[in-house]
Formats: sequence, structure tokens, C-alpha cells
Amino acid sequence: MSVQTTDYSASEIRSPASFVANRVFIYGALIFWAFICLFPIYWTITTSFKTAIDVTQGHLIPFVDFKPDWKGWRSLGLSPDSIFQTSTVREEFLKRFMNSVITSVGASSLAIIIGSLAAYGLTRYRYKFAWFKNEDISFFFLSQLILPPVVLALPFLVLYREVGLLDTRIGLILLYTLMVLPIVIWIMRDQFNSIPVELEEAALVDGLSIWGAFFRIVMPIALPGMVAAFILAMVLCWNEYFFAALLTSTDAKTIPVMVASQTGSQGINWWSMAALATAAITPLAVIGIALERYLIMGMTAGAVK
Amino acid sequence: MADQTSTTNAWPANSVPTDLIPPGRKRLGWALMAAATLGLLATILVQILYKSEVDTIGFETWRPVVYAYILWGVALGVGQVLIRGEDGQRALFLLPALLFTIAMVIFPTLFGFYIALTDWNLSSFSGRKFNGLDNFWQMLGDPYYRNALFNMVLYVLAVFVEYVIAFGLALLLNAQIRARKFFRVVFLMPLMLSPVAVSWMIGKSLMEYRFGPAATLARHLGWENPAFFSNPITARISIMVLDAWTFIPFMMIMLLAGLQAMSREVLEAARVDGATAWQTFWQVTFPLMLPVSVTAVILRIIFKLKLADIIITVTSGGPGGATDSVSSFIYREYRDRSNVGYGTMLAMAYLIIIVVFVTWLLKFASRFVRNVN
Repeated sequence: MSVQTTDYSASEIRSPASFVANRVFIYGALIFWAFICLFPIYWTITTSFKTAIDVTQGHLIPFVDFKPDWKGWRSLGLSPDSIFQTSTVREEFLKRFMNSVITSVGASSLAIIIGSLAAYGLTRYRYKFAWFKNEDISFFFLSQLILPPVVLALPFLVLYREVGLLDTRIGLILLYTLMVLPIVIWIMRDQFNSIPVELEEAALVDGLSIWGAFFRIVMPIALPGMVAAFILAMVLCWNEYFFAALLTSTDAKTIPVMVASQTGSQGINWWSMAALATAAITPLAVIGIALERYLIMGMTAGAVK
Repeated sequence: MADQTSTTNAWPANSVPTDLIPPGRKRLGWALMAAATLGLLATILVQILYKSEVDTIGFETWRPVVYAYILWGVALGVGQVLIRGEDGQRALFLLPALLFTIAMVIFPTLFGFYIALTDWNLSSFSGRKFNGLDNFWQMLGDPYYRNALFNMVLYVLAVFVEYVIAFGLALLLNAQIRARKFFRVVFLMPLMLSPVAVSWMIGKSLMEYRFGPAATLARHLGWENPAFFSNPITARISIMVLDAWTFIPFMMIMLLAGLQAMSREVLEAARVDGATAWQTFWQVTFPLMLPVSVTAVILRIIFKLKLADIIITVTSGGPGGATDSVSSFIYREYRDRSNVGYGTMLAMAYLIIIVVFVTWLLKFASRFVRNVN
């Protein structure tokens, strides 16, 4: 609770002593939380370079506490000395990795396409399907957000077996699209609302069709929002475990399923687990650092009026 | 949402009146839609007859029905444009998402309600049998399901602790600090990482009983026996901490956006009036932040209700089902016992509970926010 006493600006501080105390407190808290956020990541990365004895003795700092070793990465076939040799584990890993890439990119793209169109329609035109008006349709889309995956998982298991989509990437893509569609619509609605209608009116006067106006005028302006929605959708799809664990077995297994299936079987190989976890989180960590602006934009859409 | 309807009102009347469309084109549109509908119905009918072995012509799987549905959707779109001109073009924006969601949600959910009323175990050879409300009665007497529901209440309550921490972090990031962008990226990091990898990193190795750094630290702090997942209460708390670690950044970012959107003048005015920092927070910042806070907390609760992957990978519900969320419990019901019928009944009951709860929550929240404003 004590954090809430933090001041908003230095101008509120009256005496130099309390100013210093205040600064110390703020930076202390910031560094403490940064440590909490980063330490597990640091631990994982260093563990992937440890041998058994370093793990069990709880050594922490490379080169000081223990001598880094490629053991974990060698077991994945990704260490410098094993990377040019054939390795079944590496092939397995790359296959899972590609599955993850294809499903998350595919689902995010599909969701962006149909989600943006729907969001655009809902912000610009008035619909009436039977007794459903715009508000009801918006609510219908957004209400999918509360649908827990378990509710769909078992029916889909049965349905996918009937239509031959079990353990296929297409099947996963469809489900993931459904999962992120409400979020995409939420973000894009916010985006399109912030674009003045006058732009399209001018375009229509100049003789563009409504679809022409959408593609030539609105889309370029809304592109940052689309990128934001795409990245947020990517993150959610990449990390998804529940559907992947239930609906895939051999062909379409994704990285999280592979990570989860490593534990338990014959005790834990700490180093190889750590290497695998590092490989699983690296792509998103890179995206998070590089495109943080868009992520924040996506997450705060519609939150602040 | 009300303001969107007003923007649509402002839209100029540029649509082609429907009566300018030649009747021939309209007839073509109707014919196309009718043909597609007939095609879809025929495919379904043939397939039903084939599967129930009345007929010998049919397809191996139901996949052609999916293709027929897609074709039907395309024909519907084209038909709309042909019949209603520009109005049809407008409908085309909405149709793909609508048809997709309906096919992916409505049908499986209805199908799910049917499965919920059957006795169906994938590992037994007897196949699916309709057994009415038997699953329902079994559910009412299931102590593990009740326990999982109770755990969900605890997990949802933990959101408020997460909220306090997230608010504190947002205030820190909003203070005048150096390297703000660095700290923001770092604080955001946990949200990007796969919960499964996280549950391994923290749950299985950092909190490992013998040599995990967290256990070592706990020993130094005087906890004799830091077994994080062996007794029900600490196990629940550990799961909450793991989940909080991942999702605090989510609330933090929303709250930070709210803080940054707040007008500086109000705070200045409070300061000129001689309010202390503590008073300013409770009298000005907190009330102004209430709408954003409510949105953040509700979204977070909705995500929390889906909590499963961390529990499945770290504790598999243990010890003795103490940490089970509803989702992880149903997951194991399927994975370990292949009990599709009963599992689906549990899921459907959960869906109904959630819908009622979230509806109530939204009503409650909207009243709450309006009163403050």
C-alpha cells in the first residue's frame, strides 16, 4: 500500500530532505520491481548454460559461480558444435516452432482482416439484421471475450474429428481467430472512431466507391492501429496452450505444448528445459522490446476516453 | 456506443436508392442465394443420410459441409450486393466476421449443450448415449467441482491485490523519473512471455524445493520448510503469484494510460489548495481514475476466469485438487478420464455461471461509475 503515497511531480516536494527520500523511494521501488520482472528470465537463460551440479547447487552468476556450458543447447541441437550435425530434437523443435509461427501469424492476419472490416462497418454504417441493431451486434462480438476456452474445447474436439480438422494447423488458426477477434474488433472500433468521417465523404464526392474509400483513404490512416491489434493478437496466439494441448497431437503441436510435455516424463532435464523455454520466449521478448509502443497502443484502446 | 449511431446519422445520403437496381439483377441475386442455400441444405442432407447409413452416396468426413457453408457465405454476400446495391456493399463489411463467429460459436455451443446431456466416454466402446440430466445430478454432488468453483472465487478476489500493485506501478511510472521507457519495457516483459514457459521458469525451477533461488531466499528469511506447492493454502497463493506476475503489466498499462490522460490542472489546483500527496491521491486521482480502474479490473477478471495453463503445468490441480481452477479441472476430466459428456456438462454449467456473473458485474460497475461521475 505504501507505494500509493508516491508523489506525482517533484514540484510538490517541499524540503530538500524529503525530496531525496522521495527519489530514493521511487527508484528503489522501480528497481525492485524491475528485478522481479527480469530475474526469472535471467534465471532461465543462465540455467540453459548450466550443468547438473551447477543447477543443484543453486549457482547464479555465470563465469563467477559456474562455468557456462552448452549442454542445454546441445540437447536441442542448437549449440555451436552441434548445429551443423543432424539432430532429431532440433528438427522436432523447428517443426513446433514453425507451427507456432504459422498458426499465430495466420490467425492474427485472418482476425485483422475480418475484424477490421466488421469494426469499420459498425462505426460507419447502421445495420439491422432482423431485430439486431449495431449495439447488439457489437455486443455480440465483444461478448465472445468472456467465453472460456473450456466451453468450446470439447465440442470442437468432436466437431474437428468429424470434419477432419483435428491436429491440423488450419483448425488451430480458425480457433485462434475466434479467440482474438473480439479484441481486434475492440481496438479497431476505437481506431476508426478517431478518424473523421469527412475524409471519406470527400473521397466519395471524388467518385470512389465505399470500398475504394476504405482501402485507399481509411486503411492507410488506421494502419498503426492494425499493427497494434496484430501484435497483441500475435502475443495471445503464440502463448496459447489450452486449445493446442487438446486439439493437436503430432502434426500441429505448438511450442507451448512442447515445453509443457517436456516436464514430468523422466525427471526434469533442467538445462534442456531452460534452453527450450528460452527459445520459446525469445521471439516475443524481441517483439516486445522492439514494438512496445504498438503493444501499449493496443492495450489501451478504448480504455481512456 | 450511442455516439457511433450519431456519426452514422451524419453520413450523407449517397446510397443508390434500391429501386434504381434493375429487376433482372435483383432476380439474379435472389436466384444465386436460393441456389446456394439449396446446395448447402442438400450437402447436409446427403451427409446425414450417408452417416446414418440410409444412403450409400456421401463423403468420408463432414468437411464438404464446411466448404458448402463457405460457398453459401460468398453467395450470400454477392447476392446482397446484387439485390441491395450500395446497402449490400455496406453489409459486406460485417458479413465475414458475423458468419465466421456464428459458425464457430453458436453451432459448437448448441452442440455442446447436447453433448452435456449424454453419457459419452471416449475410452469406452459403447459410444454416445443420451442420459438426460444424469450428468447434472452428478455435478451437483461432485465435491471437486465445487472446490474448483470456490477456488475461482479466491482467484478472482486476488485480482484486487493485483490491482493495488498495478496502480502503484502505474503511479511510479507516471512520476517524474529518468529512463521511463526502459522501466516500461521491463515491466511489460512478463506479459509477453508464454504462461507455460513462465510456469516452468518460476513454478518449477525458481520455486523448486531443494535449490530454487526463491526457496533459498525463503529459507534465509526464516521459513524452515519452503515447499510452495505442498500445502493447499501456500499452493493457492503460489498459483496466484505466478498468475499475477504475468498479468499485472496488463492492468498497469491501462492505469498508466488513464493517469497520463488526466488533466494536470486538477492536480495543480489540489496542490495550490494545500492538499498533501495522500489527500490528493484519495480525493482527486483515485476518483478520477475510477472508470479506467473499473474497466481494467473487469477485463482482468474476465481473463482470470479462463485461468488454466499455469495450473495444468505447475500443479496439475494438486495437492489433492486444492489449486484446481474450473478450466484445469475439466481439462483433466477429459485428458485423464476421457469423459467428454460429463466434462462438457461441467463446462456448460460454468459458462452459465460466468455469463450471469459478468452480466451482474457489468451492471454493478456501470452504476458504480455513473454515481461517482
